[in-house]
Order: sequence, then structure tokens, then C-alpha cells
Amino acid sequence: MQDLVVPLNHVLFVSTLLFTIGMLGLMIRRNIIFILMSLEVMLNASALAFIAAGAHWGQPDGQVIFLLILSVAAAEVAVGLGLVLQIQKRFNSLDMDDANRMRG
Amino acid sequence: MLELTLFYIASTVALFATVLAMTRTNAIHALIYLIVSLLAIAVIFFLIGAPFAAALEIVIYAGAIMVLFVFVIMMLNLGEKGDARERQLLQPHVWLGPAILSLVLLVELLYLISTVEGPASSGSVSPKSVGLALFGPYVIAVELASMLLLSGLVGSYHLGRRYLDRGL
Repeated sequence: MQDLVVPLNHVLFVSTLLFTIGMLGLMIRRNIIFILMSLEVMLNASALAFIAAGAHWGQPDGQVIFLLILSVAAAEVAVGLGLVLQIQKRFNSLDMDDANRMRG
Repeated sequence: MLELTLFYIASTVALFATVLAMTRTNAIHALIYLIVSLLAIAVIFFLIGAPFAAALEIVIYAGAIMVLFVFVIMMLNLGEKGDARERQLLQPHVWLGPAILSLVLLVELLYLISTVEGPASSGSVSPKSVGLALFGPYVIAVELASMLLLSGLVGSYHLGRRYLDRGL
């Protein structure tokens, strides 16, 4: 158990700031590509928190969760970008306010 | 203390790059900033003792996922019209409310993190122990992740194929 140079609190600060930036982007941008990017930023920030906690306690669990977050992000982006193509085709725009009505 | 300085520089870069990525009007420019941010986060992973995660961050996030974004943006071919529209949508009255709300949440969280004390730190985690944990107690999670990736593959193929069938 050697002492880690970077304090856990500071990593968590960075992770929180990144998550907030991502959440802010998710709320203020209406372009679906930027919404997907904000989701990536948020997933990344949570992964950073997991890794920091895993390194802090010297356990591999944090990195295991990081791998799971990575696969969730990959699957989400693949389906999300498929939807981007469909929305661009149907509404001829990437603005989510154009696509906020359900059929019927 | 060198590592601590590097950590602060990497965090600053990550935060600035993410903010710039979120405020661009051109999607490709935003992606470049996002890749910078991912690389800075990979540096942080390395500094806090997770070199395996740092490598995966670069290979999968900055490599595979961002290239997927670039492909789709180039297929869409947005151009100047989309730029003007985004600029018009980003007026202060649109983002001021959410910004103040999230600022409150942020200050709250930062206060909580700075007041709570944790136990002492420890050294780096090797890829070997990650692998042993992954295929030991977490094997069911690996199976679930594989099912998730398969459903993602089928779903994106289904959506993308209909797009191509009807013509560009």
C-alpha cells in the first residue's frame, strides 16, 4: 500500500466538473449529435470517478466497471448514430425540437 | 510533486477542451475538442495508477467511438446552414437557466466532496488483477455486456440499413 500522489478529492473534483459540463451540454444543445457527445462526456466523467475510487483503494473493481461503461458507451453510440441518420432523413434537420412529437 | 503538477495540467486541459467542445457550432471542431478531452482523461488515468484503462480510453474512446462520430457527420454533410442555425439557437436566454441550476448542483457537490474524509491512498492496479476480477466474480457482467453489444449491433444495422435502402 504505497501512497498515491494525486489526492482522491481532486480527481473527484475534475470528474464532477466534467459531468456537470456534460449535463449542461445535454440540456442546452438541441442538435442530436451534440446531445450524443454530451452523453459521452457524462459517461466518461463517471468512468473517471470509478477509476479514481478503484485506484484509491487498490481494488480492480473500478477498472472492471470502467470496461462495462466502455461497452455501454459503444452500444449507445452505435444505436444513437443510427437514429441520427433516420432523423436527418425524415425531418431533414438534426434539431431535436423538430422531432419531439409522437405519431398519433 | 511532478505527477501532481501533471495531473493539474491534464485536468485543466480536459475541462477547457470539454467546455470548448460543448460550445462549438461546427460538429467536426467539437469532435476534435472532445478527442483532446478524452486524451487528457487518459493522462489522468495513467497518473492515478490505471495504465490499462488509459490505453483502453485512447484505443476505444478516442479511436473507435470518435471515428464513428466522424463517419456519421461526414455522411450527413451539414455545411454552413447548420452552423447558422446552431448559432441562432445558442442565445443567452436559452442557456442561462440551466447554467444557474447546474452551477448550484455543482457547488453543492464540490462542498460535499471537499468535506468528506476518505481512508489512505494505495498504489496502482495491474491489468492482471483486473482480468482475474473480470472473469471471476464479474463474469455475469461480461456476459451481459456481450449481449448488450450484440443488441447494439443488430439495432444499428437495422436502423442504418433502412437509411441506405431508401437512398441518400
